[in-house]
Amino acid sequence: MIKLDSKIPGGPIADKWSNYKNSLRLVNPANKKKLEIIVVGTGLAGASAASALGELGYNVKVFCFQDSPRRAHSVAAQGGINAAKNYKNDGDSIYRLFYDMIKGGDYRAREANVYRAAEVSNEVIDHFTALGVPFARDYGGMLDNRSFGGVQVSRTFYAKGQTGQQCLLGTYSSLNRQIAKGRVKMFPRRDMLDVVVIDGKARGIITRNLVTGEIERHGAHAVVLATGGYGTVFYLSTLALGSNATAAWSAHKKGALFANPSFIQIHPTSIPVLNDYQCKLTLMSESLRNDGRVWVPKEKGDKRHPSQIPEGERDYYLERRYPTFGNLVPRDVASRAAKERCDAGYGVGDTGLSVYLDFKDAIAKQGQKAIQDKYGNLFEMYEKITGTNPYTEPMRIYPAGHYTMGGLWVDYNLMTTIPGLYAIGESNFSDHGANRLGASSLMQCSGDGYFILPYTIGDYMADEIRVPKTDTSHPEFEKAEKGVKDRIERLIAVNGTQTASSFHKRLGKILWDHCGMFRNAQGLQKGLELLNELEEEFWKEIKIPGSKEEMNQELEKAIKVADYFEVGRLMIEDALARNESCGAHFREEYQTEQGEARRDDANYSYVSAWEYQGHGKKPLLHKEPLKFEFVELKERSYK
Amino acid sequence: MDIKLKIWRQKNASTKGRFEDYDLKDVSPEMSFLEMLDYLNKQLIEGGKEPVTFEHDCREGICGTCGLYINGRPHGPLTHTTTCELHMREFKDGETIIVEPWRSKAFPIIKDLAVDRSAFDKIMHAGGFINVDTGSSKEANAIPINKKIADRAFDAAVCIGCGACVAACKNSSAMLFVAAKVSQYAMLPQGKVEAADRVQRMVEKMDELGFGYCSNTYACEFDCPKGISVEFIAQMNREFISAKMCSHKNH
Repeated sequence: MIKLDSKIPGGPIADKWSNYKNSLRLVNPANKKKLEIIVVGTGLAGASAASALGELGYNVKVFCFQDSPRRAHSVAAQGGINAAKNYKNDGDSIYRLFYDMIKGGDYRAREANVYRAAEVSNEVIDHFTALGVPFARDYGGMLDNRSFGGVQVSRTFYAKGQTGQQCLLGTYSSLNRQIAKGRVKMFPRRDMLDVVVIDGKARGIITRNLVTGEIERHGAHAVVLATGGYGTVFYLSTLALGSNATAAWSAHKKGALFANPSFIQIHPTSIPVLNDYQCKLTLMSESLRNDGRVWVPKEKGDKRHPSQIPEGERDYYLERRYPTFGNLVPRDVASRAAKERCDAGYGVGDTGLSVYLDFKDAIAKQGQKAIQDKYGNLFEMYEKITGTNPYTEPMRIYPAGHYTMGGLWVDYNLMTTIPGLYAIGESNFSDHGANRLGASSLMQCSGDGYFILPYTIGDYMADEIRVPKTDTSHPEFEKAEKGVKDRIERLIAVNGTQTASSFHKRLGKILWDHCGMFRNAQGLQKGLELLNELEEEFWKEIKIPGSKEEMNQELEKAIKVADYFEVGRLMIEDALARNESCGAHFREEYQTEQGEARRDDANYSYVSAWEYQGHGKKPLLHKEPLKFEFVELKERSYK
Repeated sequence: MDIKLKIWRQKNASTKGRFEDYDLKDVSPEMSFLEMLDYLNKQLIEGGKEPVTFEHDCREGICGTCGLYINGRPHGPLTHTTTCELHMREFKDGETIIVEPWRSKAFPIIKDLAVDRSAFDKIMHAGGFINVDTGSSKEANAIPINKKIADRAFDAAVCIGCGACVAACKNSSAMLFVAAKVSQYAMLPQGKVEAADRVQRMVEKMDELGFGYCSNTYACEFDCPKGISVEFIAQMNREFISAKMCSHKNH
């Protein structure tokens, strides 16, 4: 029986982390050399963890499915990275950043973890600057900041609309330094397909070499998952097409609890769907809402060109509904408001499924050059995709699946319920509650990897110094490898008629329609039925051409889609079990008269952590109660 | 629209490749180039054939994974555009489109249109970093950096490592790729300390991996999807020459 222990240290919130760090055991440098750690994923979290662990002297083995660690999807983050530097003298502080995240997450995140993320944010900026990350600067040569949704201070550091790329290349450079030193060994083009647990501890992984098709065993003293989120479960999302849940899901099946799976962020400003063959939605950074104004026509079904619609006939609905935060309300609020307007018939574009994001006023006030300096690459990207020029006519945008607040359950040490198995970055659940604020993802990922995990994992490794290298001929490796091989055989043996992508697309539609921005019990039940039917069809009709002993992209996709059926089912179970609305989880049955989310703190102030019970079996719910000792629980209002 | 495709097919690195012809009907001008290939692959799979292997990931021009040689140009006919950002509205109804992988000895073919670009990572291992340990960094604003210099460093840092510069170059030179990283770090105070050593190590590695020399045709800049300027190559050459002279003086 799994018992959840979050291991939150006692004491005042501001002292918890420093006191705790001082209490953690250390491993001496000579012993570190004998210890091996596997890191899966090379995004901001994985690459920073791997390089920090390499610097400490551990032997690190790093895996990614891409051809190079530099391509991990953190690269696509646009707008920025938060830190509590208070460079703008606008009242920011670690406490304020912590408070904004707790409130932004609609009081469904753990206080201690969030405070720690805010606390290490300043070190992250210092380190990136030292690594040569070219953040934007002002004319005095100091670092510049901008504002993001859900907050009233400017604390976001940025590098045009390519902040993720610049930060990721910073972590990639520190990773390369350790590779050059021989402390880190890099294994690109590998899909992690299982975690190996020996005597209750994570001891290695099973991977598929994506070039040769070989199924490989890799052993270590501990395993760190930095495998990102599961937003591609919707098929159409802002994520890279290769992003997937398979590694995390394999850990879940081996005993790692999965927390808050239904907390998925739908980003309000994505370029809308333009054709039926589209498999990807491109994000337009939230930072654009600093200068862009969101509107729809006041008249239903108004088909006039936006330039023909006079000021008085435009409904700037965010400014109208939320005068305090206006266009900078958090993502969940902005997304629901856009969907509400479109569903009510006010949407624009051919499909009526989009709203305008207009820069006319900002350009008139600041000049085109200023706007170009801030968002040049985003405007270019928009024009390339849509063929229209956003300097002269407003962008059209619509919400799209983006980020998963849910993920593997971890304690304060970032360890899952499998001893020796850690989850960092987006792959864990811990810091963003039911809704993530913009620019705090890059912050959390690099904080986890550079400044938190290297400390907490040491305490675990202190017990491992006498443990010899993991023997990959152990029966548990044998068993795990056989499991992976059998599953691949099963998939190929179906030899049906339909592609993995076509199933993925249908699955995504079911989840988007029934477990998306607005949910209700009846719809969720319906979604569950449809999903189960589709899964059955998948295992009868999936077609994988080619062989498993070569580069086979269709096989890679099929493995991921097979897991996504199970992920989707758990999302629905979780959404059904949470009879309240909070953050991105909006149950239509639980809303205020103004259509805002109505939380139920008396009954649902907990983290839902699900235990796998076997394929198709009802998962078991564990509850980690959330205690709010340093922040008062309030209705979350941006009005 | 209907199009004809000539696509390079090659089972693996050790098998000989060839062009195959495909007629593709009802292509929508709204499709991206890669969505068009997805559409082709769907038809191939449903027809019991092997789909075309091509690499891609973010599909928004930032990860650098995709890279196809389209009608004789890396990433196709548009400037400052990656393959995944290219749309079918740039092509004519009935047009024949030739699709090849990157052609360079340093980027061996893995399968069909997928190539091995790990040589780029190896160049980075040789010096594409600043030697700073986690935890040892100063307060970020302790060293002000002139905005023009910071912006210039950013212009170099936007390289996505796709390899178009190498594919565009008749000599398969990786000078633009290496120069972008060398220049980014050489301009910033944090990276200056090791600039001389870095440029020598990276250039040496680049030569060792079989990339050719630069003969100033500027094809790399022309086809770079991020518009990285060849001025950085000049800057790298300056860095390299002065590093060589200084190291001579020091020994």
